[in-house]
Amino acid sequence: MAITMPLSSIIHKQPQKQRDKWPSNDFQEELVIRPLHSGDIYASFQFRTLWETDFMRGNKVSHYRLFPKSLGQVISKFSVRELHISFTQGYWRTMQWGQPFLPSPPGAELWVWFQDSVTDVDGTWKELTNVLSGIFCASLNFIDSTNTVQPSASFKPLGIGNVTDHSFLRYATLPREIVCTENLTPWKKLLPCGSKAGLAVLLKSEKLFHSSFHSQAVHIRPVCQDWQCKTTSWELRQTLNVVFDLHTPGQGKREWSLFKMFSRTLTEACPLASSSKIYIDITDNPQGEQFEVSPATPLLSQAMVLGDRRTFSVYDLTQQITFGTVRSLNLLIRWKSSEGYIHYQPSKDRVRPHLLEMLVQLPPNSVTEVTVQFERALLKWTEYTPDPNHGFYVGSSVISSLVPSIVAMDTNSTREQPLFSSFFPCKEESSYFVRVYTEPLLVNLPTPDFSMPYNVICLTCTVVAVGYGSLYNLLTRSFQIDEPSPGLAKRIANIIRKMRGVPPL
Amino acid sequence: MAAPLTLLLIVAVTIRAALYRSSLADLISERVEVVSPLTAWKRVVEGLALLDLGVSPYSGDVFHETPLIIYFFHFLVDYAEITFMLADVITAVALYMTVKDYNKQVFRKQKYALEADRYPLDCLELIRSPKEMYYIPLKVAMFYLLNPFTILSCVAKSTCGLNNAVIALFILSTIKGNVLLSAVFLSLATYQSIYPLTLCAAALLYLMQRQYIPVNYRRASFWWFIAQYAFMYLGSLFVIVCLSFFLLGSWDYLPSVYGFILSVPDLTPNIGLFWYFFAEMFEHFRLFFLCVFQINVFFYTIPLSIKLKEHPVFLIFMQLAVISIFKSYPTVGDIALYLAFLPVWSHLHRFLRNIFLVSCVLLACSALFPVLWHLWIYAGSANSNFYYAITLLFNVAQILLVSDYFYAFLRREHHLTYGLYLKRKDGSEATLVLK
Repeated sequence: MAITMPLSSIIHKQPQKQRDKWPSNDFQEELVIRPLHSGDIYASFQFRTLWETDFMRGNKVSHYRLFPKSLGQVISKFSVRELHISFTQGYWRTMQWGQPFLPSPPGAELWVWFQDSVTDVDGTWKELTNVLSGIFCASLNFIDSTNTVQPSASFKPLGIGNVTDHSFLRYATLPREIVCTENLTPWKKLLPCGSKAGLAVLLKSEKLFHSSFHSQAVHIRPVCQDWQCKTTSWELRQTLNVVFDLHTPGQGKREWSLFKMFSRTLTEACPLASSSKIYIDITDNPQGEQFEVSPATPLLSQAMVLGDRRTFSVYDLTQQITFGTVRSLNLLIRWKSSEGYIHYQPSKDRVRPHLLEMLVQLPPNSVTEVTVQFERALLKWTEYTPDPNHGFYVGSSVISSLVPSIVAMDTNSTREQPLFSSFFPCKEESSYFVRVYTEPLLVNLPTPDFSMPYNVICLTCTVVAVGYGSLYNLLTRSFQIDEPSPGLAKRIANIIRKMRGVPPL
Repeated sequence: MAAPLTLLLIVAVTIRAALYRSSLADLISERVEVVSPLTAWKRVVEGLALLDLGVSPYSGDVFHETPLIIYFFHFLVDYAEITFMLADVITAVALYMTVKDYNKQVFRKQKYALEADRYPLDCLELIRSPKEMYYIPLKVAMFYLLNPFTILSCVAKSTCGLNNAVIALFILSTIKGNVLLSAVFLSLATYQSIYPLTLCAAALLYLMQRQYIPVNYRRASFWWFIAQYAFMYLGSLFVIVCLSFFLLGSWDYLPSVYGFILSVPDLTPNIGLFWYFFAEMFEHFRLFFLCVFQINVFFYTIPLSIKLKEHPVFLIFMQLAVISIFKSYPTVGDIALYLAFLPVWSHLHRFLRNIFLVSCVLLACSALFPVLWHLWIYAGSANSNFYYAITLLFNVAQILLVSDYFYAFLRREHHLTYGLYLKRKDGSEATLVLK
């Protein structure tokens, strides 16, 4: 049904009237998957709970539905206006991975805006850190005046509020804090569906902590509920960013699936969620030539992210059709094998050399390494050059390439031009041919001792003869009792007696 | 006896698994004493990669395994470690069952000979009792599994382990009297490396004696049995060779595998005698000495079978030893197979003459191999002669070991026939010499 609709009409834009009236308790979950250039994959979970209630005026709130009670009590007891806490393991590599959706420093980071009604901010800060360390099972109690600051220019409130007095802001970071399963479990408990339904079933610690980068955060702030900001509600966002390394699982195949990343597949959306979506970033793959995503989805969405318009494929988990007939969703992202051409002709000793030809498309601003393992061989003594300890030369490698040129090249080769510019024929205007040779390689091979041919032949044949001799003796001779031979006089006497025909002595 | 054997298997598998997980595995799989150009795992992986690339694995000079090995590992390359551990376990269990059966037969023969009063009275202390023979099968399995040579060979994933498994299964099926299986396993072993062909003489002798066919070349039943065995052997060899042809579609593998074993073009150092000899050979005499050395392996078959026709199992031991010492690309895995048989002849210890010297030399050479290799190749302060000398010494020690056991075996047989305490003509104590 949705498949037959033309694609242009499915590009989502949030209709205006939907935003004016939000329900009082709302939960949304989403997962964004962005394949990165190096083959790694970046997954970002966001769970947002909106609650139309008023913590600020000190009202006692007792009926909690989707909003976690522990955090609600923290907000009301410590008069918190905004709370942002993140736990990160690993360092975000901007050069290779681009920009994250939600940046975070390694270790733990906590920054809090208190409300104006707080008199003793430092004391409240101390109690708040202790309570939070209990909630998240982290050692946030190490936050004290030695690592707390009050930034004056940055970390302005992210929610509503035009506060200028930065004495109500506290910022602390613990770079040594380690993130592990014990921090993930209480974090997962804050979700309305827990880790039992929806996107949170994917959050299994064995896979999440086996990654290059892992960051989980909780952000609480008051937001406007409608366009005119007549009423406010509290927003709780729980985010989890993780980058999986292509090479850790041990297989070089460039493909990712939900099962490979999280060792789980999705069977249903969280029943308490009003929207449950998965977004896959396909901006770098407009015609599907770099990778393909399966199962295919007709839904597309565009969004402005970090100053760039990006296109996403959308999977709506609240629709039953997303799960298909097998009732489970396992997204598969497979890179198309770059149709590089490899021609390899192995060598035959004393007949022909190795030939390795590769047609490779190199990604921009990158380093590509080609390694070849080799073993050194021992040659016959006559096959060495007269200077064997100099080594053997391996010829240069050749790289031939068509390089894009800035100015238009001249394809007319018959025109009058200097000799130095007319060697390589020019087929097209936009690129020119270049050939680069590497240095030759000098390899030191182990040498036998050239002065020893006769000695070696003798010694080896001696060993073979030892073997032959011992076995010959044992095979052809038999055991006999050793009779001592008589002395010389007796032997001469025996000879004479034999000649006379008399029995010997 | 199943419980101690199981315990031994568990210990052996644990040691191998622990070594696989450590960083030593890569180090060991590059040692030239443990892997040869015929058996290296790196070359198997290279062959599989070439096959995936669409190039015939035999077009280069790297891969010298048989096509059946390619297809065996095509499906099992992810479980290679388990495969090699399993091969070691199969070898050990096969040797265990072989020796158990053999001991029963030895004891039975001894009993008949005792009843027939064939032993002189004073050699009763040479008679073996079941009590002393009880633990020998377990010791054989232990000698094979816990031998450092075997462990190194297994951790390096050398296909010598598979060859040993096939040879052990061949020996087991021969001892059990199964003619067809014996021929099939022998053809598999020969298909992989040519040299186990010499074991056919021992198998024929044993099977004929087990079926009470007289070992006399004038009898028709003798030739009829040989014809049967040869037919089964050649038939299975033909099937395997044709299967290899159809698997890869060409006869390329024949010169790459058998031509390689016989003509020794690759002179990578190993623990054998061929490499330096042919590295320093005058070109004029190369073919002559190649033929001499290859014939040397097969040459001892007939004389040994004539001398040991009553004792085919000892003949198998001698043949295995001769193959391991004189083959073109020996590795420590080959040595481990015949060393596993030593506990079976432990009753010969009183007649062994050189055992202390031989074991010291073997230990010292095993320790010196890596040292002198390092000094030659990496440090550059020694040269190839040092490594070559240790190779020579190692082989001399092995030859002495084998001939010592042969001497002790023949001497015991002599004593069993003529008595233990021999007197000279004038009544004084005699010494026994070979004349």
